[in-house]
Amino acid sequence: MSILGNRVLRKEDPKFLTVGGSYVDDMRLEGAVHVVYVRSTMAHARISAIDTSEAERAPGVLAVYTAANCDLAPMPPGAPFAPPAMARPWLADGVVRFVGDMVAAVVAETREQAVDAAEMVFVDYDPLPAVVDPEQALTGDTLLFPDAGTNVAITMPKDLAAVGMMPEGERDESLFDGCDVVVRQRIVNQRVAPCPLEVRASVATWASDGRLTYWSSNQAPHGVKATVQSSFGLDESQVRVIAPDVGGGFGAKIGGYPEELFTIWAAKQLGRPVRWTETRSESMNTLGHGRAQVQEIELGGSRDGKLQAYRLTVVQDSGAYPNLGAFLPMFTRTMLTGVYEIPKVEFSSRSVATNTNPIVAYRGAGRPEATAAIERAMDVFAAEIGIDPAEVRRRNLIPSEAFPYTTPTGTTYDIGDYGRALDLVLESAGYDQLRKEQAARRKSGEPRQLGIGTSVYVEITNGMPGSEFGAVEILPDGKARIRTGTSAHGQGHATAWSMLVSEALGIPMEDIEFVQSDTDKVPRGVGTFASRSLQSGGVAVHQASEEVLVKARQLAAELLEANPDDVVLDKVAGRFHVAGTPAVGRSWGELVEASGDAGLAAEVDFTAPGPSFPFGAHVAVVEVDTDTGLVDVVRMVAVDDAGRMVNPLLVEGQVHGGLAQGVAQALLEEVVYDADGNPLTGNLADYAMVSATELPSFERIPMETPTPLNPLGVKGVGESGTIGSTPAVQNAVVDALSHLGVRHVDMPTTPQRVWQALSQARGGNGK
Amino acid sequence: MKVSMTVNGKAEERDVEARTLLVFFLRNELGLTGTNIGCDTTNCGACTVLLDGESVKSCTILAAQADGRSITTIEGLAEGDKMHPMQEAFREHHALQCGYCTPGMVMAAVSLVKEHPGGMTEAEVREGLEGNLCRCTGYHNIVKAVMAVAGTPAGAR
Repeated sequence: MSILGNRVLRKEDPKFLTVGGSYVDDMRLEGAVHVVYVRSTMAHARISAIDTSEAERAPGVLAVYTAANCDLAPMPPGAPFAPPAMARPWLADGVVRFVGDMVAAVVAETREQAVDAAEMVFVDYDPLPAVVDPEQALTGDTLLFPDAGTNVAITMPKDLAAVGMMPEGERDESLFDGCDVVVRQRIVNQRVAPCPLEVRASVATWASDGRLTYWSSNQAPHGVKATVQSSFGLDESQVRVIAPDVGGGFGAKIGGYPEELFTIWAAKQLGRPVRWTETRSESMNTLGHGRAQVQEIELGGSRDGKLQAYRLTVVQDSGAYPNLGAFLPMFTRTMLTGVYEIPKVEFSSRSVATNTNPIVAYRGAGRPEATAAIERAMDVFAAEIGIDPAEVRRRNLIPSEAFPYTTPTGTTYDIGDYGRALDLVLESAGYDQLRKEQAARRKSGEPRQLGIGTSVYVEITNGMPGSEFGAVEILPDGKARIRTGTSAHGQGHATAWSMLVSEALGIPMEDIEFVQSDTDKVPRGVGTFASRSLQSGGVAVHQASEEVLVKARQLAAELLEANPDDVVLDKVAGRFHVAGTPAVGRSWGELVEASGDAGLAAEVDFTAPGPSFPFGAHVAVVEVDTDTGLVDVVRMVAVDDAGRMVNPLLVEGQVHGGLAQGVAQALLEEVVYDADGNPLTGNLADYAMVSATELPSFERIPMETPTPLNPLGVKGVGESGTIGSTPAVQNAVVDALSHLGVRHVDMPTTPQRVWQALSQARGGNGK
Repeated sequence: MKVSMTVNGKAEERDVEARTLLVFFLRNELGLTGTNIGCDTTNCGACTVLLDGESVKSCTILAAQADGRSITTIEGLAEGDKMHPMQEAFREHHALQCGYCTPGMVMAAVSLVKEHPGGMTEAEVREGLEGNLCRCTGYHNIVKAVMAVAGTPAGAR
C-alpha cells in the first residue's frame, strides 16, 4: 500500500510541542555581543550631524558605527534592472529615505546595554519633502535618488523588453473597439505586512582560520550565502550559512537584509561573535512589506457576457530602496488574464520609489495582485451587464480540453479544469440557495445583508524553474538520510520528503533523517519560496530514491549472483532477494557494507521543464451590517487543485494559512503611513493582524489534477489559498451592498470604508 | 535583586536586574527557550506560560512579580515521555506549522480549557484564543485541536 496520499502526521511536531523549536535567538554563543540600530525617525531628511560620543562612553559599549567609520560599499538594488543609483547604503550616508532607515549601529556586551546606548546617539535631521504616495512619486517633484533622475525603478514592458524578457508594447487606442460594454475601475491593492511570528535575527562568528559561520532566519540559505560572498568578497569555502528553525517567512525572508548581514562585518571588526534580533516594532517598519499596487482595470466585452479585451495599468510602490517588489509586476503580467479566454490584452507598469519601507515578496508575490484585478473586474463587468457573476465567469473560462494553453501574454498553463472547480465550489457552497437567502434579506431590508463573492483563480508556481538539489543516502545501520536544497520553515518537508523516500525504498518514516538549510551539509540549493519546493526539491529527492533503488538492486544482484531484473525489494522486511526465493536476501545495511567507499547514495539536481499552474475556485459568504459597516465573513468555501497530493494534511495546512492571509487582506490588514511618511501601524497593537475571532472555520473541497511536468504530478500549494480568497471576500462585500448602489469598496473593507461607500451610494458625502 | 520561583516543578533562584521581564528570566537565566517572544505590545501571546496554573503573557510581568510562585512552560507540560492531551491534540490536528506561536498557543489553550470544564463552543474557543496570534495555520486546526480537548458543551451542537 502506498504511503503517498495519506494524512501522515508530522515528524517535526514532537520537538516543537515539547521543548519548542531552535530559532536563531535561542542560540547561546560564548562571547557574543549584541548590535542594536539607531533608525531614522524621519521619512526623508538630510543628516546634518550625528553625535555618538555619549553612546560610546556608555556602559558595555564596544563600538558605535555610522557611515563615517563603516567602509561597506552600498548594496546594489534588490530589484533587477533598477538604476544602480538606487543602491542602499548599509548605514545612511548623509540622507535617510524612510522611517526605519539605519543611521548608526551600537554594539555592546548585552542587548540591554546596546538598547540604552542607542538612545544616546544624537542625530540632527534637516527635513526634505517626503513622497509617500506612489502616484505622486511618479511626478518626480521629490526625488529620492537625484542621481537616478527619476523615482521610477522599472517600467514594463519597456525595461524588460530591452533585455528580451517581454515583448515591446505600445498603448493600443483601439483595444476596446467592438466591445458593447467597457468597465473601468481604479483598485488599490494595499500594502500589507507579512508578519512572520518570528522576527528577523542573525548571528555571525569568524573562526581563527578566517572562516565565517552565519546563522539567520531565512528561507534560502544558499542564496543568502551568495549575498554574503558578494557583499564581503569571500569565496565559497570561507562561508557557512545556517538557517535553524525559522518561525515563518511568507516571502519576506528570502533575501539577506543589511541589518542582518551587518553582524558579519561588525564581528570581523571586533573579533567577537555579533548577534542581532529585532523587536516587533522594528520588524513592522523595516521587514519588507508586500503588495502595494495601484491598478487601473479596463475590461470590455459583449452584452451577453463574452470578454473581448482587457487592459491593466499598474503603479507598483517599491518603497525607499527598490527591492524584489519592484520586479513583481512581471508576475502580475504573467497571470494577467487568469482563468479566462480574453483575445486582446495590454499591460503596463511602473515601479516607483517612495519614502516608505521597501516592498518585497509576500505570499503570492505579484500573482494575488493579478487575480484581484481580473476577479474584481469580472464582478464589475457582470454587474454592468446584469448577469450573475458566476455565470459570466463560466462563459469565459478556458475549456479543459485547451491545455496546454498559451495566454495572450505568452504564459503556457500546464493543465487545468476550471469549470469543474467552479461547479464544485458553487455546489458545495449551495450557491443558488445563498442567492435566495440574499434576495429575501434584500426584500425585508434587514440591517445585516448577505454578500456572496466568487473568484476563480490560476497561479504560477515555481515561476522561474531552477535546478534543485536532492540527495538520498543509506546509512550503515540501514536507515536513510535525506539532504535537500530547499529550506522548510513550517511547510513540513521533513515529513513529505521522508514519505517520498519511504514510498520508494520501504524504509520506515522514523528511520529517515532529514537535513536541510546548512550550506556545509547541503552542497547547493535554491530554497523555499514561490511554492516551488515539492515540485523541485521534492522531485529531486524522489528521483534520488529511485536511483538508490537501482544501485541497490544491482549490488544485491551481484551478491546473490542473479540478474538485477530478477531481484525484488521486500519493502516490509527491508531486504532484496530473487523473486520467488525470499529466504536468501540482503538487507540495506549489508548492501551499504558491500558498496564499500562508493556507498549507497544518489544526488540529483532536478530542473522542472516549466512552471506549474495550480488553480481553484473560492466562494466567500459575508454578512455586512449596513448600520455600522462591519463585515463578518461567515463562510469561506474553497476548491484548490495543486496537482497530486503527497500528504493531504500538509496541503490542508497550507491552504488554511493562505486563506486566512487572503481574507485578512480583504478585511483587515493595511500598512498605513501618514502624509509625512510616519508609520501608523508600526506594531501589532496598531496593525490589524488577523486573529482567530475574525475568521470562520474553512470549508475545503479537495481536487487533484496531476501535472505532466514532473513524475510525481505535483504542483505548489503554498500560495493558492491567499490568491483566491482575497477577491472572493472583496467581491462578497461589494455584492452585499450592490443593490444599494455600491459598485466598489477598496481593501481592507473596514467598517469605516464600507460605511463611507454606503453613505456615498445613498447620496451622502461619506462623512 | 534576588528572585526565586518554582519553574516546571524545580526551585530556581537568581540575582537579576529589577527590570527583568519574566520571559527574559526564563529564556536567559534558565535557558528555557521554548517560550518565544513575538512582539513588544502584549498582542501575540507567543510568550504565554502558566503562573500558578493560569495563563499569563510572560513579556508583560516582571520576574519579580513571579517571586515565590509557580511557573509552567512548554518544557514542563508533558509528563516524561507522555505528552499532555493538548500537545497530542495539536499534533493530531496539524495545529502547528513553523512552531513559533506553538508553545504560547498550547499554554493558553491548556488554561482556557481548564476555565471551561463544561466544554466549549467554537466561538468560545476563538474568543478565548484572540490574544494568541498565528500566521501559518489560519487558526482552523488550532481551534479544532482545542475543541477536541475541551469537549462540546451539553446542549451545543
